[in-house]
Amino acid sequence: MSDDSGYSSRVAMPMRTRTAVGGAREVTEALLSSGDRKKKVRGIIFVSILLLGLTTALLAIAAMITWAFIAGWPRLDLSLFTNVPSVVLPENAGYRTAILGTLYVIGGVILLIVPLGVGAAIYLEEFANPRNPFNRFVDLNIQNLAGVPSIVFGILGLAFIVRGPLSLGFVAAAGSLTLALLVLPTVILASREALRAVPSSIRDGSLALGATVWQAVSKQVLPAAFPGVLTGVILAVARAIGEAAPLLLVGAVTFVTFDPSFFEGGYSTLPTMIYSYAKRPQDELQTLAAAGVVVMLVLLILINSVAIYLRNRFERTW
Amino acid sequence: MPKATTGDVVSTEDQAVPTVGVTAALNEDGPAREQTVNTFELHKVNVHYGDMLAVKDVSLDIPHNQITAFIGPSGCGKSTLLRSLNRMNDLIPGARVSGDVLYHGVNMYGPKIDPVQVRTVIGMVFQKPNPFPKSIYDNVAFGPRILKMKGNLDDMVESSLRRAALWDEVKDRLKDNAFGMSGGQQQRLCIARAIAVQPDVILMDEPCSALDPVSTGKVEDLMLELKKEYTIVIVTHNMQQAARVSDLTAFFTVAAMDQTNSRTGVLVEMDETRNIFSNPKDERTANYVTGKFG
Repeated sequence: MSDDSGYSSRVAMPMRTRTAVGGAREVTEALLSSGDRKKKVRGIIFVSILLLGLTTALLAIAAMITWAFIAGWPRLDLSLFTNVPSVVLPENAGYRTAILGTLYVIGGVILLIVPLGVGAAIYLEEFANPRNPFNRFVDLNIQNLAGVPSIVFGILGLAFIVRGPLSLGFVAAAGSLTLALLVLPTVILASREALRAVPSSIRDGSLALGATVWQAVSKQVLPAAFPGVLTGVILAVARAIGEAAPLLLVGAVTFVTFDPSFFEGGYSTLPTMIYSYAKRPQDELQTLAAAGVVVMLVLLILINSVAIYLRNRFERTW
Repeated sequence: MPKATTGDVVSTEDQAVPTVGVTAALNEDGPAREQTVNTFELHKVNVHYGDMLAVKDVSLDIPHNQITAFIGPSGCGKSTLLRSLNRMNDLIPGARVSGDVLYHGVNMYGPKIDPVQVRTVIGMVFQKPNPFPKSIYDNVAFGPRILKMKGNLDDMVESSLRRAALWDEVKDRLKDNAFGMSGGQQQRLCIARAIAVQPDVILMDEPCSALDPVSTGKVEDLMLELKKEYTIVIVTHNMQQAARVSDLTAFFTVAAMDQTNSRTGVLVEMDETRNIFSNPKDERTANYVTGKFG
């Protein structure tokens, strides 16, 4: 044997050994290469179906954006944001009051969902005993609530917030409350997920130093979970901004020509205003609706981008 | 004697602590050793998780300012028993401790005892280094801050890091995130963090199992240094480690319980470490320490 210990042809081997090595190599090659044509075809078909689904989704979005841009182009200027709605002068109509209405409603939603949603998540994740049947019942129902159609929340808002016990009337605050109820389950679920992602060793470490559960949660766990919680809140807000159906039931449906306030007078929001314009026959209003769609799309893409940025920026591997 | 901090746990100033059990027995025929005081005395301690009996009938004494090691095969309940010494088991739903766990003569599971106060006096270091996702400084300062300890925080952080033999390595980067440290440094940071609240006892649950040999050596040196001031109880899978650092060793094993068909941890024997390793009384201990079992 030479010092070169690599085997194969460099090494002098007797004939019989060479044959055996060659045979072994063929067997290995046969084992590692796929000989089954049927399997290959099936694989290709499967990938094609997946790509078809992806393409359909992307095409639909592209078509919508293109349509909105082309149809709304004549009105994509500053007057879109500064002019008030009008049916009498459709060429001068704009979204001013609807944009302000959205700001009011969403501002109220944020004020409500952050303390309520994060508080509920902290209780369920850090304090509640998961074996307690009541807590399991609550848990299950929050997951169910996240799937309830938004119109149902609209009816709830109409019956209990606009009328009924709260009797707020058709005001922006009623819209805020209704949308807050709608997205609260999303916030709770996302915040719980973020809290759960903080390893229990952080809790144990705090408690072993003599921290109370509340100190461990407020000083260690919640700060560590903050990016995740924030992402959940932003995504919930994005959903609330896009909602129209429940707001139609709680008053955001009128052509409001004056700037809204929180507790009195009518209000309108971007999506409901788009709906109001789109159902009118005048061509100018159709153009306006398309321009509104562009504004909504840009706004939502911005918000979601911020959420994704925050998630990637603060993502931590434990 | 523990530092008189707060709470009911340390109402033991005038208590005459009897020296009984293992330590007393050791003192009769063992080498000349100063009269030891027991920090913990356990009498017939059982720990349940729900219906499962995890640790059965453990009675042992843990002497003051000594290193006591718990060794034994996986599932023998040594970590469970350790966690019952500072009531960390309370955090596990369904966990229940019965029997007497006396800390300087006070029943730690008595009605007046607040587990949060217990943990300020009896600190703990975990298997995997678990620094908080904060700066090195904030990690050490966390305990003194939440306990509102009086004194200069900078000084407390420095002295804790010094005592954990970490100061020279980190003094120039106290504001850096603790996650940037090596595993061994992180574990010594966790020890510094535990020292910062000035406990009486430090419990260590396999503190070196995630560390390389060099870091392990540093942590072991640290333990030998710390035992001058603290009572240390360590759980370890590493028998050489127990032999190197501990004064006393308790060997646990798993016993199958006939009536419930579950596996339960029992104490086989506890003795001075060199006796456990060179001259064990029980055959099971001999088999374990010589590597025939486990």
